[in-house]
Amino acid sequence: MASGVRLARVAPPLTLAILLGPLAFGLAGTTLPALGYLPELGGESFTTAHFSALFEVPGILRSALLSILVGLATTLMALGAVAAFVASDLGTAGFARMRRMISPLLSVPHAAAAFGLAFLIAPSGMLMRLVSPWLTGLDRPPDLLIVNDPMALSMMAGLIVKEIPFLFLVTLAALPQTRHVETMRLGRSLGYGRIASFTILLWPPLYRQIRLAVFAVVAYASSVVDVALILGPHLPPTLPVRLIDWMNDPDLETRFLASAGAVLQLGVTLTALLAWVGFERMGALLVRSSRQAGRRWRRDMVLRVGARSLMMASALIVFGGIAVLALWSVSGLWQFPDALPADFSLRSWIQALPRMSGPLATTLAVAGLSTLIALVLTILCLEREYETGRGRGGGALLLIYLPLIVPQISFMFGLQVLSIWLGVDASFSALVLAHLVFVLPYVFLSLSDPWRAHDRRHDLIAAGLGMSRTRTLIRIRLPMLTRAILTAAAVGFSVSVGQYLPTVLIGAGRLTTVTTEAVALAAGGNRRVIGVYAFMQTLLPFLAFSIATGLPGLLFRNRRGLRV
Amino acid sequence: MLKSLTVLAGALSATLALSQAAKAADPDPRNWDAVLGEAKGQTVYFNAWGGSENINSYIDWAGETLKERFGVEVVHVKLDDTANAVAKVLAEKAAGKNEGGSVDLIWINGENFASMKRQDLLMAPDWTTGLPNWAYVDHENKPTILTDFTIPTDGLESPWGGAKMVFFHDSTRTPADSVPHSSAELLEWTQRNPGRFSYPQPPDFIGSSFLKQVLIETIADKSKLALPVDDASFSDDVAPLFAFLDKLHPNLWRGGKAYPQNYPDMKQKLADGELDIIFAFNPSEASAGIAAGELPDTVRSFTYTDGTLGNTHFVAIPYNASAKAGALVLANFLISPEAQARKQDPAVWGDPTVLSMDKLSADDRAAFDALDLGIATLKPDELGPALDEPHPDWMERIEGEWLKRYGAAN
Amino acid sequence: MTVDSVTDNQGLRLERVHICLGDRVLVMLDATVRRGETLTVMGPSGSGKSTLLAYLGGFLDPAFTASGRVIVDGVDLTALEAEKRHAGILFQDPLLFPHLSVADNIAIAIPEDVKGRKQRQQVAEAALEDAGLAEFGDRDPDTLSGGQKARVALQRVLVSRPRLLLLDEPFSKLDANLREQTRQLVFDRARRAGLPVVLVTHDEDDARAAGGQVHKVDTA
Repeated sequence: MASGVRLARVAPPLTLAILLGPLAFGLAGTTLPALGYLPELGGESFTTAHFSALFEVPGILRSALLSILVGLATTLMALGAVAAFVASDLGTAGFARMRRMISPLLSVPHAAAAFGLAFLIAPSGMLMRLVSPWLTGLDRPPDLLIVNDPMALSMMAGLIVKEIPFLFLVTLAALPQTRHVETMRLGRSLGYGRIASFTILLWPPLYRQIRLAVFAVVAYASSVVDVALILGPHLPPTLPVRLIDWMNDPDLETRFLASAGAVLQLGVTLTALLAWVGFERMGALLVRSSRQAGRRWRRDMVLRVGARSLMMASALIVFGGIAVLALWSVSGLWQFPDALPADFSLRSWIQALPRMSGPLATTLAVAGLSTLIALVLTILCLEREYETGRGRGGGALLLIYLPLIVPQISFMFGLQVLSIWLGVDASFSALVLAHLVFVLPYVFLSLSDPWRAHDRRHDLIAAGLGMSRTRTLIRIRLPMLTRAILTAAAVGFSVSVGQYLPTVLIGAGRLTTVTTEAVALAAGGNRRVIGVYAFMQTLLPFLAFSIATGLPGLLFRNRRGLRV
Repeated sequence: MLKSLTVLAGALSATLALSQAAKAADPDPRNWDAVLGEAKGQTVYFNAWGGSENINSYIDWAGETLKERFGVEVVHVKLDDTANAVAKVLAEKAAGKNEGGSVDLIWINGENFASMKRQDLLMAPDWTTGLPNWAYVDHENKPTILTDFTIPTDGLESPWGGAKMVFFHDSTRTPADSVPHSSAELLEWTQRNPGRFSYPQPPDFIGSSFLKQVLIETIADKSKLALPVDDASFSDDVAPLFAFLDKLHPNLWRGGKAYPQNYPDMKQKLADGELDIIFAFNPSEASAGIAAGELPDTVRSFTYTDGTLGNTHFVAIPYNASAKAGALVLANFLISPEAQARKQDPAVWGDPTVLSMDKLSADDRAAFDALDLGIATLKPDELGPALDEPHPDWMERIEGEWLKRYGAAN
Repeated sequence: MTVDSVTDNQGLRLERVHICLGDRVLVMLDATVRRGETLTVMGPSGSGKSTLLAYLGGFLDPAFTASGRVIVDGVDLTALEAEKRHAGILFQDPLLFPHLSVADNIAIAIPEDVKGRKQRQQVAEAALEDAGLAEFGDRDPDTLSGGQKARVALQRVLVSRPRLLLLDEPFSKLDANLREQTRQLVFDRARRAGLPVVLVTHDEDDARAAGGQVHKVDTA
């Protein structure tokens, strides 16, 4: 097939350059200082002294282990809940309901969800207020360490409730590519329980499709900053929080230590990923041995109810948290144990709104543009992959996922230096490009599976009908994949809206988004203001996802074959 | 480790000073008309902590006024930590960007100032005493205007507001006659009221200030605090401080296993009833909190009999700022009687002025006198003595020591 | 295999077609299929008979190597891209485009030289009528019965004015009754349109109904 979409030829190399350039320079800019090289700060020779210093920092090992633990436990719980729920309820009315309820959760930024959770479960939080004093007899909040607990349990909870919607949506996107209805029926007709049928017959091909998304969750949870700041342990905190502290240290020489720490973070995330691969192997072994033993696992009700409860809890916690945030944003004085504010006031909104228009415009422009570019590049890359046949270029395209696996914090300082060198810091195009590094992988991740699983005989028929590749792409493939494309766009959009570090660093404070404003204000700890910004931060991606789910239904309301 | 880095930095700053010698002429505040002319049309990126909506609104007001009167645009770059702006200037220096930097004016004091001064990251020489409104500044009676954490300001930063550590309590839960009036009494108070006091985890500015307050009260030889840390006697010098903390921590909120994030977090916890005594660096914070509906109107203030920490906060111009003239105009406006009076109004911000009432015109003085400081704000004569900040070296060292002792407690 | 000598250049001519996967020869074929006639290629699944269709259609996977020539009505297709070959294809699934209405499924196949919205619409309507589906133009293709879908798929390929027709076991998924009916329809229309047909199947009945030459591909 010599012909093809001409633009598609340049797409893969261009994409890789956009992604790997910043990554490579950023890592170099981090690794060199870690090894002692940063001439501007007097580091002119290579040394391992900074690593020795790093390992002498009190509690550093605990911080690192905690990060690994959080990464693994979060992923295990979230994935387990999603898998068990899909297995248990696929095809039921409850499944459709849950899908409608969970999907919007994806749009809630991590920080907002974490604040919401903290406002709910803290000793002075909403839950305690609801049962005080009539049940607990308390008119003062108990002195209990719930949020910021040393085992990072509340932090994991905050991450799990946010990763469940992500993994659920990814799984839903992959589901149509399997013959799930027939497969489940077949399994159950052979006497296997629902969960067993799913695990043995459907899960292996399904998991293969969502595997990279799962890896991204492991990497993210092991290197997350904002959620850890809000819910994570204090003494010592997880590793990324310590890195941020060091990077913010006015004693600029601490940068060497921070750089060494950023390299350690790289190792921590890598270790978590390797451990996860180990889990995969173990899981596969368990499934195989159960299959070979022919066990039917017909009594799986406990697991099913458990999974359903966890999914429900995830939705309730995030929604409840957002509701409490919203309430705080309009509250006047609101003391414990009052379940409602003593008075309401729009003061926070009135103060915040006029100042929000600039950041809001930047947020929309950057998110819209980076998503559009990511979408075009992704589609052209996938088209090129289709035209050249799988395998070729496929390996190189795996590199697209690197920005999701490499912790942001590990290459951000280097990236900042690069942008200043090039004189493009604080420029709009540089900011779009910086966002693109993180938006593109997510767009690719959400679009590639449906794209590849698309029945290529449609393309063959179109060719037989005399349609060119470009025309086939525009008339057949893109419309048939509308739902997947819009979902990918919504994912990309919300990833961009949620970006904090790249915006702060490349925007150099001159280009601010709703998220950077929210985090800056969160430093003030004012629940009312946090409420205002977290609400706005939630609203934008929520709108994007509403469009992504609503529009295809509207466009194809008379096309049964395009329903999922 | 920290020591070797400090040595490195010392060597480095010497080299940097050389490289910075020859540079384009900066605007001279003594030729104010030229400054105003140059400033017109400039955009000043003012890097300032953005965690308080009150302060943000005030900065907005200053920006609008400047635009109206002098044609200078002000953009408030909201920081969650001032060190970020310091780091930004450093990164620009690292990239060789010695002109056209992204930070024009920075809200600063203490160790951030010490760090920038040491590394020659600030516009020099002395520009602050050349500002027209410097004439009103009370540098005679407020020594912290010329000495920032024992470091001479040398005219590299212009004063903006005063600060003094003040404690708050809710009089419905904690009667005024039961509050402590020294760190020693505070310790006893926590033993009677376990779990109701805490301080933000260092290196939060307020949290570190608490450590310094205790350090000043407990160290045997107070004169040592004016100088950099003496390594030989450091552990003896701080032994009483950490003995104090060891006794304090079991009775802290959450048993000292978690700490409030910062002052606003403590304020929230006072309102929630989690904490009974909190403290701030701004005497009118409590009144401002009441006005904003964040604190009940039963909150009151107190200080220590023998004094609490006091200092001044400033604005400074980075050496590579893009809009130096505009930054000068803004810095000058911020110490105008008009801007200072507005700032001291608790309904706006409530930050104490750096001006001398004696130097003001009768009208301007009347504007200050007319301010209602709020029910929870102590009058100037009730604030008690101000204790000088120790040399910044101490803060860094006790923060490090704190982290070593308590940082991996769990 | 004996090949009728051809005096005119009408129809499909396969000249020494060899398709290999590595060292393995999958297909070795030399044949002429006149207009309206059918060449049936038979063999068990996995024997490479679908590879022949991919080769003829112009979408052979690069993993295979092929030699020989494919000529239709004197035009050499071998070097042409898939969309320029006009090799209409029918699979065992009708594969109607789910986002288009029944009429649009057909309209999208009408060659570009039929200009004007109205004209194209008429062509589509005529094709539907020919398939006994005149009332179905606005319908969602997914709501049609299996037989109806098969008929739409056939009309779609016919209006594209293909040079030849490739059938990839197109009847195997239909039930016995429908299969016979559809088979007749397809061969009838192909004959009427004067198309050379290559049919790949493992069903002897298909071969009998096609009535032309039969080429057997061995299990490799």
